[in-house]
Amino acid sequence: MSERTFDRTDPFASFARARGGGRLHKGKVGTFIAAWQARTYIRLSGNREPSWVFFETILPMLSVIAYLYIYRYLSAGSPDADRFVSFVVLGGAMVAFWLSVLWGIANHIFWEKQSGNLELYFVSPVSPMAMMLGMATGSLVSTSLRASATVIVGVFVFGASFSADNVPGALLVLVVALGAVYCLGMCFASIFLVYGREGEHLAHSLQEPVFFAAGFYYPLRTLPAAVQALGAVVPLTIGLDAMRQLLIPGVEGFLPLWVEAAALPLMLVGFAVGAHFSIKHMERKAKREGRLTLRWQ
Amino acid sequence: MGQVAEPAVRTVALGRDFRRRLPKGARKGSGSKFEVTQALEDVSLEIQKGELFGMLGPNGAGKTTLIKILCTLLLPSRGEAYVAGHDVTKDVSEVRQRINMVSGGETSGYGILKVRENLWFFSQLYGVPSEEAKYRIDTLGEILGLTPKFDVRASRISTGERQKMNLIRGFVSDPEVLFLDEPTLGLDVNAARQIRAFVANWVRKERRNTALLTTHYMAEADEMCDRVAIIDRGKIVACAPPHELKKLVQDDVIFTLRVKAPSEGAFEFVRDVQGVRDFAASRSIDGATADLKLVLESEAAIADLMSALAARKVELIALSKSVPTLEDVFVKLVGRGLGADDVVPAQAEAKE
Repeated sequence: MSERTFDRTDPFASFARARGGGRLHKGKVGTFIAAWQARTYIRLSGNREPSWVFFETILPMLSVIAYLYIYRYLSAGSPDADRFVSFVVLGGAMVAFWLSVLWGIANHIFWEKQSGNLELYFVSPVSPMAMMLGMATGSLVSTSLRASATVIVGVFVFGASFSADNVPGALLVLVVALGAVYCLGMCFASIFLVYGREGEHLAHSLQEPVFFAAGFYYPLRTLPAAVQALGAVVPLTIGLDAMRQLLIPGVEGFLPLWVEAAALPLMLVGFAVGAHFSIKHMERKAKREGRLTLRWQ
Repeated sequence: MGQVAEPAVRTVALGRDFRRRLPKGARKGSGSKFEVTQALEDVSLEIQKGELFGMLGPNGAGKTTLIKILCTLLLPSRGEAYVAGHDVTKDVSEVRQRINMVSGGETSGYGILKVRENLWFFSQLYGVPSEEAKYRIDTLGEILGLTPKFDVRASRISTGERQKMNLIRGFVSDPEVLFLDEPTLGLDVNAARQIRAFVANWVRKERRNTALLTTHYMAEADEMCDRVAIIDRGKIVACAPPHELKKLVQDDVIFTLRVKAPSEGAFEFVRDVQGVRDFAASRSIDGATADLKLVLESEAAIADLMSALAARKVELIALSKSVPTLEDVFVKLVGRGLGADDVVPAQAEAKE
């Protein structure tokens, strides 16, 4: 218990106040940062369930391992075998981020609405962007653990190898690509402000096509040009391709590295601005149509 | 001349419609794809700073819609609404700085987090410095008796404890105006009483804060509120302090009859009994009995009513004369009871 004393009939008189006597708060920017950090904390707290390690880290690795065995079988004896393993391990690690964007950010807004949290976010003075960023940051950290586990298992169990020289450049590409993809996730999330189950269908409908078009488990160059172009809309596709070019010697990208390096920051800015405006627009639409709150209310 | 204080809440001819898409088979003459329901209609009211204002009405009357508009969660279809002088449609950020909202039966928060962590989280949405948030959470927890549950996961606390958690969440930001939407819904008597006392104290101690409380519990509105607005089908039908509202029925003679309930609609005959001004009927949960709330012109009417009941072989279980309550006011003004299971609409309009 704090040392301040209070009158039980008027505990509010003991609350600290701002200089002018108004409500004490950290200011607009301070509140934004505080809410961002708090929402990140919530997301990370989900990891305190021990089952998380099994369900979020070990289990998803099985699909990556399945691909590894397929390539091992198909390329047995080929000099390209090791390259394929590295290729799949990197793709498998990035899959985790795409799933986290779809289900941990976008679709999660639907859950927040159902549980009644969403309306409390919107009653508070903080920008919804702070909430979204908090969710994104928390997801990013959690998912990085899963992605790291995939890479570690890939390297130590399946013998994946990467060029150490370009690791700093690849990390930079990773950071920018993830920034862009999480901003894209925030754009999706804004759709869930207005739409409920329909939004869930959207998430489902985006999952498999992106798996297909982003080339998580195979070279994108093998796909028709139209599919390549579609895949390039998702920053993960370009980021993954750039990282493969940097880390796996001899890999040919579907776009030149310099084009990808230039496109990623543009995508980051574009999706960040897009997220800001789409959240604003969708909030207004949801308020007009009465969709920010639960129907039973 | 002294400056007139800005009301804490002000609405001017506020209206809100909801559109519902009709299934193809249900489209009528005009062929319109949508059915429009007026949830709020021409609502104009002023709530002064330091006032505990109640909105009393049955389910679906428009209470929650009004709160959602004032909390900036819903845009009005017509009219204007201001909180602390700020337009809820234009100065959204200014309004949100000053308000908080607590709803009954709320399931917000994160079950995996401890109660204290949940409260801290929501305090951060208002930018309350962490040390100050901790102090407020400790203080309010001690007063509401929730401190022993602070280290328990929110998913493992009872309904009453959860509502206390919600209430602390509402107060931890130190709002100027608090919106309480049926805050004691589903709570046991003790928990409800504790919450009512806490809220009333918050408003009345120095009259610096304002609360807008919606409820369909008569006693709650009567006991707590400085003024009560009775709302029905989106319209405010009366607005005054509870004692003044009760004056509307002080000359009436009010009786409550409990009878063995016959088939549905069997109370229609009551409207034809000489001397019955208004009545509302509600069945018990098992449907075996029904309570008839009667507003009579004089006690003499009870004899005619007894005869009418006997003639229809309706068995009387209990008869009591009542002190006028807000429910009687509601019955008089609206023409039916507040209970969701009222089976017979009263005849107020028909008789007039």
